[in-house]
Order: sequence, then C-alpha cells, then structure tokens
Amino acid sequence: MDKPLVIAGRTFQSRLLLGTGKFSSSQVMKEALDASGTDVVTVALRRVELQNPQDSILSYIDTKRWLLLPNTSGARDAEEAVRLARLARAAGCEPWVKLEVTPDPHYLLPDPVETLKAAEILLKDGFVVLPYIHADPVLAKRLEDLGTATVMPLGSPIGSNRGMKTRDSIEIIIERATVPVVVDAGLGAPSHAAEAMEMGADAVLVNTAIAVAGDPVLMAKAFKKGVEAGREAFVAGMRQPQKKAEPSSPLTGFLR
Amino acid sequence: MSFYDTMREHDWNEVLQEIQGRTVAHVEKALGKAMPSDDDLMSLLSPAADSCLEEMAQKANRITEQRFGKVISLFAPLYLSNECTNQCVYCGFNASNAIGRKTLTPEEALEEGQKIHDLGFRHLLLVSGEAPALVPPQHFARTARLLRPLFSSIAVEIYPMATEEYSFLVDHGVDGLVIYQETYNRELYERVHPAGKKRDYLWRLETPERGGRAGFRRLGLGALLGLSDWRAEAFFLGLHARYLLKKYWMSHVTISFPRLRPAAGAYEPAKPVSDRELVQMVTALRILLPDVGLILSTRENPHFRDHLIPLGITSMSAGSRTEPGGYTHAHEAEAQFQIADERSPEEFAQVIRQKGYEPVWKDWDAVFMEGDVA
Repeated sequence: MDKPLVIAGRTFQSRLLLGTGKFSSSQVMKEALDASGTDVVTVALRRVELQNPQDSILSYIDTKRWLLLPNTSGARDAEEAVRLARLARAAGCEPWVKLEVTPDPHYLLPDPVETLKAAEILLKDGFVVLPYIHADPVLAKRLEDLGTATVMPLGSPIGSNRGMKTRDSIEIIIERATVPVVVDAGLGAPSHAAEAMEMGADAVLVNTAIAVAGDPVLMAKAFKKGVEAGREAFVAGMRQPQKKAEPSSPLTGFLR
Repeated sequence: MSFYDTMREHDWNEVLQEIQGRTVAHVEKALGKAMPSDDDLMSLLSPAADSCLEEMAQKANRITEQRFGKVISLFAPLYLSNECTNQCVYCGFNASNAIGRKTLTPEEALEEGQKIHDLGFRHLLLVSGEAPALVPPQHFARTARLLRPLFSSIAVEIYPMATEEYSFLVDHGVDGLVIYQETYNRELYERVHPAGKKRDYLWRLETPERGGRAGFRRLGLGALLGLSDWRAEAFFLGLHARYLLKKYWMSHVTISFPRLRPAAGAYEPAKPVSDRELVQMVTALRILLPDVGLILSTRENPHFRDHLIPLGITSMSAGSRTEPGGYTHAHEAEAQFQIADERSPEEFAQVIRQKGYEPVWKDWDAVFMEGDVA
C-alpha cells in the first residue's frame, strides 16, 4: 500500500502539482486542473491582482479544493522574492510559497545563492517554503537543513520539455532527502513524469507541457496517468536493468 | 567596449550584399538548426527565404508558444509631451512642424493614467519627445511615482539619458526602457536627424547599455521601418539584441516593429516595407532569438495585427492615443502618428481570445521595484 504525499504536515492525494501559466484561456486552465486530479496549484504572483476578486486567474481557482501555492517567478534576488511572498500572505494567501529566484529572465534558471538567502528569511518569517533549485544535491541538503518543506530540483530548464536531463543528480537528491522531492521543471511528456516517479521522486510539477498541448485537458489526464504509473512502479519495486538475460528457470536451480 | 565595437565588425553594404546572395539551401540549413547563428540570420532575412515563409512562420509559432505560451500581453502608451527639439524628418513631433505643443503635468498624467487603468491596462509606456529643458528627468520621475499605484509595470520611451538619470527613474519605479535606434545605418542616421541632440549616433546607440547598467528590467529595441533597407536593419537589430542578452543578462530584451505611418510633415517612407516582408522580419528574429519579447503597436491595421498574433508577437498595444491628453481630451494636441487600429482594448482582447490566446493585462508587479525589505 502506498502512503499519500505529505508536505509540511499536510496530506495530498495527488502527486501531480500544476502551474497556471501559458494557457490559452482561464477556462481551459480550470478544465485541465480538473482533469489532472491535482491538489496543488501554483500561481505566479506577478500575473495576478491579489485584491481583485475578478482576477482572470484567481477567480478560477477554488481554494477549498486546491492549495493555492503562490510563486515568486520574476524575482531576481532574495529581497524581491521575500517581498512578493509577504505581499501574498498579507493579501490572505496561506503562508506557503514556491520560492523562485531567477535572475536570468530568459532561461529562468534558479540562483542558488539568493534562493538559500531568501529561504532563510522566509522560514524565520514562518513561511512553508518549497524552493525551486538546480539538481544540486548539496544545495538540496543545505535547504533541507534550514527547514524547507520540500526541494524542487529541475529536470531541465523551465518550459523546455526536455525531460530528465539532470537524472543522475536527482537520483542523489532523492537518495539523500528527508523532505519530499518534487521534480519541478522541463517535464515535456507523461513518460518524463513517469520516469521521475519511477526513480522515487515524491511528486512532479508540470505546466508548459500541458498548457501548450493541442488538447491541454487530455494532456492533463495523460500526465495524471503517467505520474500514477510511475509511482506504482516505484512502490512495486523496480528491478535494475541487466545486461544479460536472466532465465526464469536457472540452470543451477537444482543445487539446493 | 560597447555594441558599437561589435557593429563595426560588419559593413552595412557588405551585409546587404551577403544577404542578397543567399540561396534557398542556406535558408533550409538555417531552419534546420537548433541554435541559429548570426550568419543564419542573414539567410533568414534574404530574398531567398521568401519561398520558405510558411515554414518560418510555423517555426516561429512553435518556438513562441513553447516559450511564452498561448498568451498576448497588452500595454498602453501614455504620451506625456510632444515638445521636441529634434528635427527627425519622419516624425510628427519634429521641432519645425507648426503643431500644438503640450506637456502634461504629473496630475494631468494621473488623470490619463486613471482612464487607461479603467480600460483594463496594468502595463504602461510613458512616451515623450526630446525637450529636457521643458520635460526634465524629474518630471518623468514625479509622474511615475504618481502613476505607480495604478500600474504593475511602467516603462519609458523618452529621450536618451545618462546612466545616473536612468537610475533615478528606476528608483522611482520605472522598470522598462524602450529606445529605438531608428536606423543602424550611420550615414543615413545623420541625414534623417539634421538637428538637435539626436544627431549623436553613438549616444543613441549606446543608450540601451546605459539603461542596462541603470537596472531597467526590460530593454526595448527597434528600427523605424521604411527609412532604409529592412533586411540590414533587422540583421543589426538581431546583433544588438544578442549583445544585450549576453551583457545585461538580468534584463529582458524586447524588439518592436514600428513601420512608418503618415504623420504631420508628410514624410514618405524611402524604403516601404510590405506586409510579407514584415512577417519575414518578425519570424526571422523570433527564430534567432526564442526568448526575446516581440511587440506590435496600433500603427498596424486590424487585419494585419490579428494575423500576426500567432507568428511570434508576444506583446501588443491597443486603443492607443498618441497625443498628450488623448485618453481624456481627444484631439486637443497633435498626435505623433495616426494609428491604424482604432478598436477598443476590450474589442481587441476579444479578438485575441477568438484566436485561441489569452489576453494578459498583468505580468509584472510593482512590488519588484519597491525599496528594501525591512
């Protein structure tokens, strides 16, 4: 029997987290969220007007049903990320934050130094912090030591659809982690999500691959299945691939 | 070192000759590459590439959706002043044109800003001619400070300033800078800018770099299309964008495509750019620069704008007024140019939705530009 995903004491049935950017309409976004079975929805604070009940994204997100996880996309240093997180909390969001510090607006790669700094400030401030990082096992441990609720290493750059390019490092992160590992970026196909889950990742976060698919709702369903298949395979216990065939009736089987 | 040093490695006429000499085989090679080079850009801008235009459009569409999603950001210009000491031969604000001149006080600008806010916009572009004695940096700073609560992003398209002056604007909450080179051809540049501070080609060319040093989050480039051969302009634009991406790597770079429109003074574009050619330019630059924002204004007509939505454009203005005070008191002052798309912002947003894209009014936050964390 598999155990559900628990982040900072909170239980989630789904291991697929979804982003809300890049959709062709908020209606399509909502239908994709529904189809994915997700429990956690991340929203870029830069994209929303927190005070506006008619906001084009927030008005589609039922916070009784989904955990609204604000993210600090666009922040280029710790100070900006902290300011954004505080803004969200002051506006009534739960004190959870997906911490993104991405000084390069083109590749959106996370800044390890500023991320660590921001995590420290936000944790002292009482936030539940889920940091987006490179697949850097040492940084993951450093963040975990500070008290972050997860680590969220990238599979490949955000929006790149390139899959688990950082596989070897993510394996180390998973092996050493005591907090949930959420593979956060670059997953372009349900098979990529399955791969991450088969390796033992606790969850994955997907946005672009679903948002820009020909049929985002169907793709959300496909990712749901990919994540579930990968998880079940992990729980079932996968054998390592072997170079040679291993006969099911070995020749030396008679030697007891 | 500045972009000028990079630029000098290329001779305008040789670039043009090279572009003219490219064949379909060159274009196909460029289209097959994951990371096209500057040399590939020449192929994509060549007359030979015209026969591959559909393929270029498809590629531009794919790249843009992947990187930016199915969204179009919207912004509005707010014309602060049409005072100008320059004599740009193509511009309605030319100092020698006898037009009604007006500079909005910060309070009048606030009134305009409120109207723009009510139309739905959260991204604002403050625009002005070049008259520092009448409209000094302090004027923009005060105006930006007043407008800040209404907008999540404020950019400026004003006369080139020194780094310290730009830093002053950044400190007052201005996050973006737009500055068109007009033309990268130095000889022509001096001819179409016969007087005023604007005559200084290098001062203008190095303006985006001063903006980058001052900490603007967005640096916008453009060449005025119709002044000279668009293929060469587009090549140097591409180089300029690439240079800035490397050097000011924390700033987002954008490229606009201002095509010359009829204006007071009746300047006829010397080298008009056709719709087909403009599409080639947009898609070629998209293929070279997957991460750069591409901007189209209301200079273009509705038919053309609607069809450009899926071709690589990421940001558009709508319902623009190009005269100071135009949103609250239309037609009282002279406009910089006539707009060709008079649809309201909401009408245009509806068109974006019909095209299968989400109109995005807010994609930035004023909180980025505020002071220190306490």
